Amino acid sequence: MIDRRLLTSIDWVLAGLVLMICLLGVLNIYSATTPYKIVGMPYYLKQFYWMLVGIAVSLAVCSLDYHILEDISYWFYGLLLLLLIVVLVGGKRSMGATRWLNLGLFNIQPSELMKIVIIVTFARFFNNFQAVGGMTVKDLFIPLSLLAIPAALIIKQPDLGTASLITLIALSMIMYVGLRWYTIVTFVCVMIPMAWLSWAFMLRPYQKNRIFDFLNPERSRLGSGYHIIQSKIAVGSGGLTGKGFVQGTQSQLRFLPEQHTDFAFSVFAEEWGFIGCLLLIFIYLMLVLWGLNIAHRCNDRFGGLLAIGVSAMLFWHIIINIGMVIGMFPVVGVPLPFFSYGGTSMITSMVGIGLLQNISMRRFMF
Amino acid sequence: MKGRRFVRELAESKQHVMYISFVVGIAFLLIVIRLWHLQILNAEDYRAMSENNRLRFVPVAASRGTVLDRAGKVLVSNRPSFSLAVIPQEVTDKNALLELLSTLLGLDRTEISERWEKNRHRAKYYPIVLASNLSRDQVEIIEENRMRLQGVEIEMKPVREYTSKELAAHLLGYISEISEKELDSEAFEEYNPGDYVGKNGIERAMEKELHGGDGGRQLEVDARGRILRIISEKGPTVGNSVVLTIDAALQKQAEKAFGDQPGAAVAMDVTTGEILAFASNPGFDPALFCGTLPADVWQGYLEDKRHPLENKALSGQYPPGSTFKVITALAGLQGGTINEAAAINCSGSYTMGGSKFNCWNKKGHGTTNLHKSLRESCDVFYYQLGEKLGVDKIAAAARAFKLGAPLGVELLNEKSGLIPTSEWKQKRFGKRWYHGETLPVSIGQGAVLMTPIQLASMTATIANEGTIYRPHLVKRIVDPDGKTVRETNNEIIGTASFPKESFRLVKLGMLAVVNEPGGTGAKARQYDVKVAGKTGSSQVVKMRNGKNSSKYEFRDHAIFVAFAPFEKPEIAVSVVVEHGEHGGSAAAPIAGKILRAYFDSKKPPRKPTSGSPEEDQDDVDSEKMSEPVTPKTPRNNGTPTHD
Repeated sequence: MIDRRLLTSIDWVLAGLVLMICLLGVLNIYSATTPYKIVGMPYYLKQFYWMLVGIAVSLAVCSLDYHILEDISYWFYGLLLLLLIVVLVGGKRSMGATRWLNLGLFNIQPSELMKIVIIVTFARFFNNFQAVGGMTVKDLFIPLSLLAIPAALIIKQPDLGTASLITLIALSMIMYVGLRWYTIVTFVCVMIPMAWLSWAFMLRPYQKNRIFDFLNPERSRLGSGYHIIQSKIAVGSGGLTGKGFVQGTQSQLRFLPEQHTDFAFSVFAEEWGFIGCLLLIFIYLMLVLWGLNIAHRCNDRFGGLLAIGVSAMLFWHIIINIGMVIGMFPVVGVPLPFFSYGGTSMITSMVGIGLLQNISMRRFMF
Repeated sequence: MKGRRFVRELAESKQHVMYISFVVGIAFLLIVIRLWHLQILNAEDYRAMSENNRLRFVPVAASRGTVLDRAGKVLVSNRPSFSLAVIPQEVTDKNALLELLSTLLGLDRTEISERWEKNRHRAKYYPIVLASNLSRDQVEIIEENRMRLQGVEIEMKPVREYTSKELAAHLLGYISEISEKELDSEAFEEYNPGDYVGKNGIERAMEKELHGGDGGRQLEVDARGRILRIISEKGPTVGNSVVLTIDAALQKQAEKAFGDQPGAAVAMDVTTGEILAFASNPGFDPALFCGTLPADVWQGYLEDKRHPLENKALSGQYPPGSTFKVITALAGLQGGTINEAAAINCSGSYTMGGSKFNCWNKKGHGTTNLHKSLRESCDVFYYQLGEKLGVDKIAAAARAFKLGAPLGVELLNEKSGLIPTSEWKQKRFGKRWYHGETLPVSIGQGAVLMTPIQLASMTATIANEGTIYRPHLVKRIVDPDGKTVRETNNEIIGTASFPKESFRLVKLGMLAVVNEPGGTGAKARQYDVKVAGKTGSSQVVKMRNGKNSSKYEFRDHAIFVAFAPFEKPEIAVSVVVEHGEHGGSAAAPIAGKILRAYFDSKKPPRKPTSGSPEEDQDDVDSEKMSEPVTPKTPRNNGTPTHD
């Protein structure tokens, strides 16, 4: 399966950017977890192993020609819907939400896999879709249905963060395909009452609270308002050059919540300052732009759509996570790809990178 | 045609990629601007918030829930205790401060410095407790010298108070600082070092309900340690209260009835499974375990032969002795092996396969039927019955009573007891069951083991004619506002299905034990209520060579079980007196006192007369050794345990 020519055409820019972020992440997790009571293997080491597993997964993904995905995409989609239903019926409850499915050997989080599957499904759909001049309102019916079913199941878990990410990824791909102007206008007109309805009937009280807290962090000094204030203090006190590695007072004194997972960036910002942040954000920007570049260079529509989807996935994770940490977005449980501690996020992101590699390596193969 | 569409689409998409890249760039730029705003423009403010103005986290310990008896009497509550803490990051001269503290408050200089050292690895803002249980005077001295004691704080912490001292100590358990091992375990995932957790009894079993949630306050303070503002605050949540099924007054009487004797008693409501009294003697003071336990007290507990720390009612496993005969009798009646009239002749012993099995009464009981066999606890009757039944039929009857497994009381480490079967022996020892081994089993010796809870449950099941309720100690859980969170249902966990007639015969036999001349349990008799019971004595060690050692540790355990009133049973009681020798003389009077206390409390207008009318035909000092004694042949046909 693996062609010799493929090896020589590995996209080293992509690999290099990802590796840099991963290693910075491991370093940062080391610092963020020093004040923790550690039982068993330390977090940074676990994260390092997850990185290795992730690299293996991404190599596996790019060893198969991505065009195979086109044939099996709908099967994947159906299977995932099934899993999402199973998880609602018999999943493992943790912290008030049902997200995990116990497969005996390990737990999986079908909603996380849905991020990749929605990309593949949409790429398949739009590949056979004639959309010159932009989509009409009628054209939107099928893709929005494809999105709405899993999104509703995930909101039911409830996991608002993942549901909105899937929605954002799907909308990004729709924007890429293109919309007519009046479609956009109609869409906005429909969305406003829809948003009101979902606010009134679908959001759980804690989700509403988070949005209120975001709008006015002083409202509650407890809970998520507390997180935002602490995180802002951490980031702001980092100043230009930061307090130095393992020197952040906010993080070392454990004022930050979830400081090795969702709030990993604020630890980094406190210890490495504005300069460190610029560097990390620059690498992330390069990564997203490189993903778009792969889409741009790809001469087949399916590949281009896949690359756009993966880039969108990375982009939204980065923007929402960092935006949350610096108080631009409400607190939602969105990890920073390759940087936050956690195996699930690492694997999902690495699958995405595997797809990008796959497309990049095969761009001359027609 | 398709080609042209393809090319046009591709061109359009490529143009869209350019737009998208532009949008991505803008988004990242916004983030950078925001970071600039935080980290460059306002860096000074934030840095001040994080450093110059001291942020301080003050943990506020949750108040543990209380434990009440069924009537609402408080058994365990909290009282405030003041302790002295320092915040290391605010202390400039550590030695000077320690010196000052020890002179001002009369604290041991080396001890407080050791405590400081022990907590060195923790965050510098985190208060280290140097001394607990401060007196009012000490608190005042600290307040007066506030200015000189920078970084010193007084913390108010609730401490556990066991209002009735040793009452129900084993049942209530105690709390103590969380151990390293517990910290690492999943059950205590959310706990921190220094937290107090239940170690035993209800305190441990109901830990999740009682603990409550610790709170904390994040404060901004000035250089002198005065609070400038509260940055965030999370109030502690008070734990839920646990209402027990225990009746404190009855519990007290049950414990008192034991005097100095070690043992256990369980009193259960026959109609619900609620445990009304749960005594294990001797007791201990649970409060001692909350602080540092004085070494000599600890040593004293360990050396006491009566094992005060052991919860005998929960984890004591005793051969039930003759109380088990009710099970053997039911097994015999069921298959028609015996009936009401069937009688044997007891000559004082029974010989089987060349071994002699003695009856406790060496003179023999003469012609004995079921009724007499229960009343006078004739062993030979049951040897013969056991021989006919075989061990597995006896075990089946015992299992119908849910014996041989924990009954599911809320406390941890409930023991299961043991009901031997031939299969069990094969598995455990790889040997087949010898028929001669059935004989001791039929009188509750051999490998048979039961806990006091199981003894009470067995008795209640007979009183109920088969219905088995889950014995339970927790009546309901109440939140701090007094609202009931959870009510324990009276759960039927099984039915021992035997014919009604069989139960009637056994119950009549038990009535005779207490009330007829020649009955072994006369000392439990009440003047106003008909009591039915059964005596037993359980062998501690097999006496070799027939030597009857009088050494304390080798004396038999005395057992008595009873239920009352006979016509409409309300309460079942089991009593085990360790090394008390005879059920009728040592255990039955205790059961009698418990029953007296129960029925007295039910009719308050009547003046209680203590004790039962002593009629002096009860000198039947119950059963003696019923283990087969084979003085000449050293062959072992006794207990199927080891050897």
